[in-house]
Amino acid sequence: MVLGVLAVVYMTAPNTPPAAAPETGQTRGSEKGMFVATFVPQDGAARQNELQDWVLTLKTATGKPVENATVEVSGGMPQHAHGLPTSPKMTDYLGEGRYRISGVKFSMSGWWQLKLGISAPTGSDTVVFNIVL
Amino acid sequence: MRCFPAQFQEKCVAVFHRELRRNKRSARFRVSAKSGNALSLILVLLLAVLVAGCERPQFSEAEKRTVASLALSALPPLKPDTTNRYADDPGAAALGATLFFDFSLSRNGTVACSTCHQIGQQFQDGLPQGMGVGRTNRRTQPLAGVAFSPWFFWDGRRDSLWSQALVPLENPLEQAGNRAAYARYVKARFGERYERIFGPLPDFAGIPASASPLGSVAEQSAWSGMSDGQRDDINRVFANIGKALAAFQRSIMPKETRFDRFAAALAAGKEPKDDAVFSAEEIQGLKLFIGKANCSTCHNGPLFTDHAFHNTGVPPVADLPPDRGRIDAVAQVDADPFNCLGVFRDGGPEACGELKFMVRDKPELIRAYKTPSLRAVAGRPPYMHAGQFGSLEEVVAHYAKAPLSVEGVSEVHPMQLSERERVALVAFLKTLSP
Repeated sequence: MVLGVLAVVYMTAPNTPPAAAPETGQTRGSEKGMFVATFVPQDGAARQNELQDWVLTLKTATGKPVENATVEVSGGMPQHAHGLPTSPKMTDYLGEGRYRISGVKFSMSGWWQLKLGISAPTGSDTVVFNIVL
Repeated sequence: MRCFPAQFQEKCVAVFHRELRRNKRSARFRVSAKSGNALSLILVLLLAVLVAGCERPQFSEAEKRTVASLALSALPPLKPDTTNRYADDPGAAALGATLFFDFSLSRNGTVACSTCHQIGQQFQDGLPQGMGVGRTNRRTQPLAGVAFSPWFFWDGRRDSLWSQALVPLENPLEQAGNRAAYARYVKARFGERYERIFGPLPDFAGIPASASPLGSVAEQSAWSGMSDGQRDDINRVFANIGKALAAFQRSIMPKETRFDRFAAALAAGKEPKDDAVFSAEEIQGLKLFIGKANCSTCHNGPLFTDHAFHNTGVPPVADLPPDRGRIDAVAQVDADPFNCLGVFRDGGPEACGELKFMVRDKPELIRAYKTPSLRAVAGRPPYMHAGQFGSLEEVVAHYAKAPLSVEGVSEVHPMQLSERERVALVAFLKTLSP
């Protein structure tokens, strides 16, 4: 009987333990603490296999909008040996610390990372966003 | 409960065989023991429930979502191609169909688009490398659903269906002709049809019989002898030939398969009927495809492709010229005068996002090739960009072994797949045919 119970436990156990979920918050502090960045799809939701515009809002640690910044985008899928399927670029300054990042595309489901290299008159810093589709 | 039918049955047998034999022994020696009988009865009932569970495979909610995302019913309507204003013009599609099967669109009158893209063979030819005027370097791709792709050819060296169609026409190994001759031919043979769709043909007085910026030395020299206006006129007719061919090819769509009927039943929570019933092996293959074997990472969506480029360590073919895949295609599509940012595009530049934001210089583009659709894949060996593998079994073995790439880094990692699992994967792939 014990064997039977053990068998049930064995067979109902998941085959692989779930991977640790990455932090997917849309607002994150930059690595050196210079900026607070919010990064969201312009039309609300991230969709697979579509070129999308995203909006990056940059504030200082004290909450002031960051102006005249340039943003370099890189990234990829940490669990696969590949980067982004496109080269997203900053295409517009929208005012009040908001920047349009165009050409964002996710070609498959899973965990993506977008690394935003930010250069502002006050200094440079990097912020990493995790996006899980 | 996660229940992988074949594996599960193995587990059932492995675990319960000993238990049953023990119970049999105890039954033999302790027939009068009521408690023993009761225990046996509970155990047998428990076993019955579990075995029933084995026979009726269950899919988790996540698995059901993935299966639904692969079904043909998830394919969105084809978006208009604003770069080709004739894309959905029936007259253009009809002219395109005529041109597609026209052997006169070649240097020696023996090769048409349909020579390699054969209508009775999923618009491919079953050869390791396509055979036009000469032997090409790449496997002919099927055309079902081709218009959904943002990139064309295995390496994506063109960015629209209509600019793609122009390349084989002048490739010396394919149709090997030249654009001036094609423009003259279209005027002579289809002039009235052409003008009804595209407007007046240019004046051909003073235009050489054969001329192209790509062809033979004589053709190139004839091309450079033409005026800018003449070159533009010929390029315009040439582009329109591509736009007509694209209008036809947009109509070639994938057909519903056994898998789609199975997926529809699963999504509706109904029992699959008739040929939509999957065997235990096919279900195991499907679960591997979307699970442990990681196939659906790249082969995703209703066309089973992410439309992106990956190095998967597929070996080169010994007697073909060096082939570096996507990394060498970037400059070609950038330089193509018929690309989305060129003057032959209809509509606005907002359609050119893929080209504008194309990855241009990453090492992962080395020997990266476009993920092919897997729809109807079992009916078209050999596989890979130069027909490297003769069977689906060889393809599965390649991905399980995951050899290093001869150049660049393969994205695939080695994986333990039992013989049974390999067979199951192939069985599932066969359900992707009508």
